[in-house]
Amino acid sequence: MNAIFDFIAALGRAALNLVRMAGAMALFGLAGLSHLIRPPFYWRIFLGSLVEIGFFSLPVVALTALFSGGVIALQSYTGFAQYHVQSAIAGIVVLSVTRELGPVLAGLMVAGRVGAAMAAEIGTMRVTDQVDALTTLSTNPVKYLVTPRLLAGTLALPFLVLVADILGVLGGFTVSVVKLDFSAPAYIAATLATVKPIDITVGLAKAAVFGFLIALMGCYHGYHSRGGAEGVGAATTSAVVGASILLLAFDYLLTDVFFSQ
Amino acid sequence: MTDATPKIRIRGLTKSFGPKRVLDGIDLDVMPGTSCVVIGGSGSGKSVLLRCILGLITPDSGSIEIDGVDILALPARRRESAIEKIGMLFQNGALFDSLSVWENVAFGLMAAGRRHGARMARAEARAHAGRVLEQVGLDPSVGALSPSELSGGMQKRVGLARAIASQPDILFFDEPTTGLDPIMGAVIDGLIVDCVRRLGSTAIAITHDMASAQRIGDRAAMLYQGKLIWQGAASALLNSGNPMVDQFTHGRREGPISMELRR
Repeated sequence: MNAIFDFIAALGRAALNLVRMAGAMALFGLAGLSHLIRPPFYWRIFLGSLVEIGFFSLPVVALTALFSGGVIALQSYTGFAQYHVQSAIAGIVVLSVTRELGPVLAGLMVAGRVGAAMAAEIGTMRVTDQVDALTTLSTNPVKYLVTPRLLAGTLALPFLVLVADILGVLGGFTVSVVKLDFSAPAYIAATLATVKPIDITVGLAKAAVFGFLIALMGCYHGYHSRGGAEGVGAATTSAVVGASILLLAFDYLLTDVFFSQ
Repeated sequence: MTDATPKIRIRGLTKSFGPKRVLDGIDLDVMPGTSCVVIGGSGSGKSVLLRCILGLITPDSGSIEIDGVDILALPARRRESAIEKIGMLFQNGALFDSLSVWENVAFGLMAAGRRHGARMARAEARAHAGRVLEQVGLDPSVGALSPSELSGGMQKRVGLARAIASQPDILFFDEPTTGLDPIMGAVIDGLIVDCVRRLGSTAIAITHDMASAQRIGDRAAMLYQGKLIWQGAASALLNSGNPMVDQFTHGRREGPISMELRR
């Protein structure tokens, strides 16, 4: 009997912890956002993060998108050829890339690259007292460290996803034309006929949400890390895992809101 | 002396982390222009005391007055303004490794959130940082380096320069000589005494280096198990008459303080 109670108690504790952490993250995010409308704003840090996220993530996001577009073209060809509906491939590629794969894959790549780096940097600053030193030098650490990164993440990811959209379609196009002997003009015409502006804009809106979540996870876990190198390592892991899970959960929610009707 | 307002006046300060009571009713007065050294073993709550005054940790109860104003009772904005009078030298320097040395030194002067005095432009702040670096015995050309290129002693000096750059009324030193060789320790102590004297600041230093405590401090206090068990002149540290202080300052293994050895 006791074993059952223990089990239920453990479940309850885990659930309470989850709710407590979600609340703490939400409050942390709100605190970060509230500094957007309370000057000063740290442009230098913002621009640095923008370049770090938006520019230096370009190669990894570009390659991921290019290969994914190609893979979808190949996979759908093997399936669709049985039913002689190969003409649908261009549409499949462009819709899956703009609606889902662009935002999600770019988001996951940036979470691994940038979310981890943010958590490690802020976490190291925390355990070496640099965060406290900011406070003693008339600088609010949330305003200085968190707010510019949240904004940079939110603005940089849509840009990356736009690039991923274009390269994903290009990947599908290249495979279809070079390997599967599609006619290039027909492929382009089919792509343009299928894709609507809403597909792209919703993908970009998702990207903005994902960018915010990635930066939030990186900053939150870094800011609250403790206990030296081990703590910073744990913060980095939590940032990447947390960002990846949240990203996919929000992807479902946003898809449900925008596309389920 | 008795009717002057203490620069820092602490009454009944308590702070617990979980079941562990780290500060247990601290009463401490530091008079203007004097230096107080707080000694105590590792984990005795010395750092927590400084962090409470700096507003980095919120105490459970008690009052902290700076110039007669209880900063814990102030609204956040005015508390930040009061705390801006304090310069802090962190134990490991806590230099911002993403910035150059001069940007570290001038950080508080260029800080947009600065309340006392105008915010300095970068060129002016850089020149000022050079002068402050000279005051701590460093060549102004060091300003262009990154903190990671400096030795431990130089990092301590840069940390000191950053703490004194805005000429604060109050200076805190967290174990200023830990991790330095004895000669460099004496050099840092000398610089601290010079800076405090030149600025006319009030200082609190925490340390467990007895030589350093006597060089820096006018007054001394010993923290043990969250309580101040002894206060007196720093010169009396080595013959305080208090058996606990005697054991600590002479580094004896046997005595009233038994180290709690836990795995």
